[in-house]
Amino acid sequence: MDHFPTNWGRPNYNTFDAHATYPLHVHPQPSSSADGVQHTQQPIVTGTSVLALKYKDGIMLAADNLASYGSLARFKGVQRLQAVGDYTIIGASGDMADFQYLQYILDNLIISEEINPQDGHKLGPSEVHEYLSQLLYARRSRMNPLWNSVLVGGFRDGQRFLAYVDLLGTTYKASTLATGYGAYIAQPLLRKAVEGKEDTLTEDEARKIMEDCLRVLFYRDARSINQYQIATISAAGASISGSLKLETSWGFAEGIRGYGGQTQ
Amino acid sequence: MPDMSVLAGPQQHQFNPYAENGGTILAIAGADFTVVAGDTRQSEGYSIQTRYAPKVFRLTDRAVLAVNGFAADGNMFVKKVKQRLEWYRHAHAKDMPLRAIARLIQTMLYAQRFFPYYVYNILGGIEEDGSGAVYSFDPVGSYEREACRAAGAAQSLVQPFLDNQIYFKNQTAAPGQSHPTHLPLSDVLSIVIDSFTSATERHIEVGDGLEIYIVLAKGRSLQGVEGLRGLREMSSREDGERVFVLQRELKKD
Repeated sequence: MDHFPTNWGRPNYNTFDAHATYPLHVHPQPSSSADGVQHTQQPIVTGTSVLALKYKDGIMLAADNLASYGSLARFKGVQRLQAVGDYTIIGASGDMADFQYLQYILDNLIISEEINPQDGHKLGPSEVHEYLSQLLYARRSRMNPLWNSVLVGGFRDGQRFLAYVDLLGTTYKASTLATGYGAYIAQPLLRKAVEGKEDTLTEDEARKIMEDCLRVLFYRDARSINQYQIATISAAGASISGSLKLETSWGFAEGIRGYGGQTQ
Repeated sequence: MPDMSVLAGPQQHQFNPYAENGGTILAIAGADFTVVAGDTRQSEGYSIQTRYAPKVFRLTDRAVLAVNGFAADGNMFVKKVKQRLEWYRHAHAKDMPLRAIARLIQTMLYAQRFFPYYVYNILGGIEEDGSGAVYSFDPVGSYEREACRAAGAAQSLVQPFLDNQIYFKNQTAAPGQSHPTHLPLSDVLSIVIDSFTSATERHIEVGDGLEIYIVLAKGRSLQGVEGLRGLREMSSREDGERVFVLQRELKKD
């Protein structure tokens, strides 16, 4: 209880700096709840690996359609690849709620860049990647990260672009990239199939490589599913396939002792 | 009786805002030149993230900065240093002198004393008196001018080698003779290349590619860089200090 009637009805000086004694950027913000603000401490609904490679005509990305809730296969029809503007496709693993927030931010960015300057300039893949990495780095610096690993693929002015950014703001470029378990399981396969052949691989060959990698991931990664999408970005523009089914074979399981039909 | 109270209640995971991305950097100052080098591998744990991520950056025609540690912090730090140098250029119509850049870097690092850039910096270039100079920093801004310095994953492998080859530690000169104070450029380049091939052999986080920046004092001849394969000039003019990059391969395993 404030016992000074002159203060009644006025903002508390803890939350209002009447004399502007702080520089703008360190101005104390009134806290919305007494317990302070909750930050993301761990991802909840998660997407697993995203794969990407450079091929002759552009960039190809692939991701499956599963969003897991821990070990529960919770949402089986989630799209984790998204076009951003005319020249870019991003693919995200990690927290799907944070990814939806990223999509919201990027959609608004593309709209405001289209409407406000009216100068005909458009954001290309390198600008989208820079924006994303600055956003994710700023959030990690506030100890409130967006829990994602994102691949940014693009094609503009005859140039292919492929880069990675994650919740720490770490970035890098390479001709093949993979997030999550894909970094351990698919990346070696991708490097073997792609490195040195970036300028000769056809779209069909690239698609075959992607399917092979996704299949190995489905066999070995317990948080993956056999439905996936493949996206390409090239001179022809961005295209994201519908949901496709992986062809798998389990015949070998019969031969495994303790799993198949053997009786002893 | 062990204290069980820590086991009660939910387990707390703390978000770790840092990572360690491997790699090694190194710089050696000569009488009228400086060499700054770094490998190009970026890794986390046992995974190679990319085989080409530069760690050495041209700041001006007479200053080169190498950064090593947490890559995201390193890139952000270089970006901010470059921005401050551009502002200086617009305000004063000239490039900032090397020793001023060194003090700027210490101030910028110390400003983050309580949430540091997890980065080891080595600044190399030419001083206003025309001498080659190397400045090395710790993550919170302590710095000194030196003749040579290695930092990063293989610092403990490379620095003793440099102490021996540059400072002639544990070497005795021939009777009646003394060790030279500065080595010629060609010798320095050989030492740099040997340092990195050796570090690549013995350290898993070093390899893939090597980028060597060579800064020559104003008016110095091109002796020592002439005829090098894969040499590229980075300087904006030919009548001042000159910057060159030499790219080489390192083992990729």
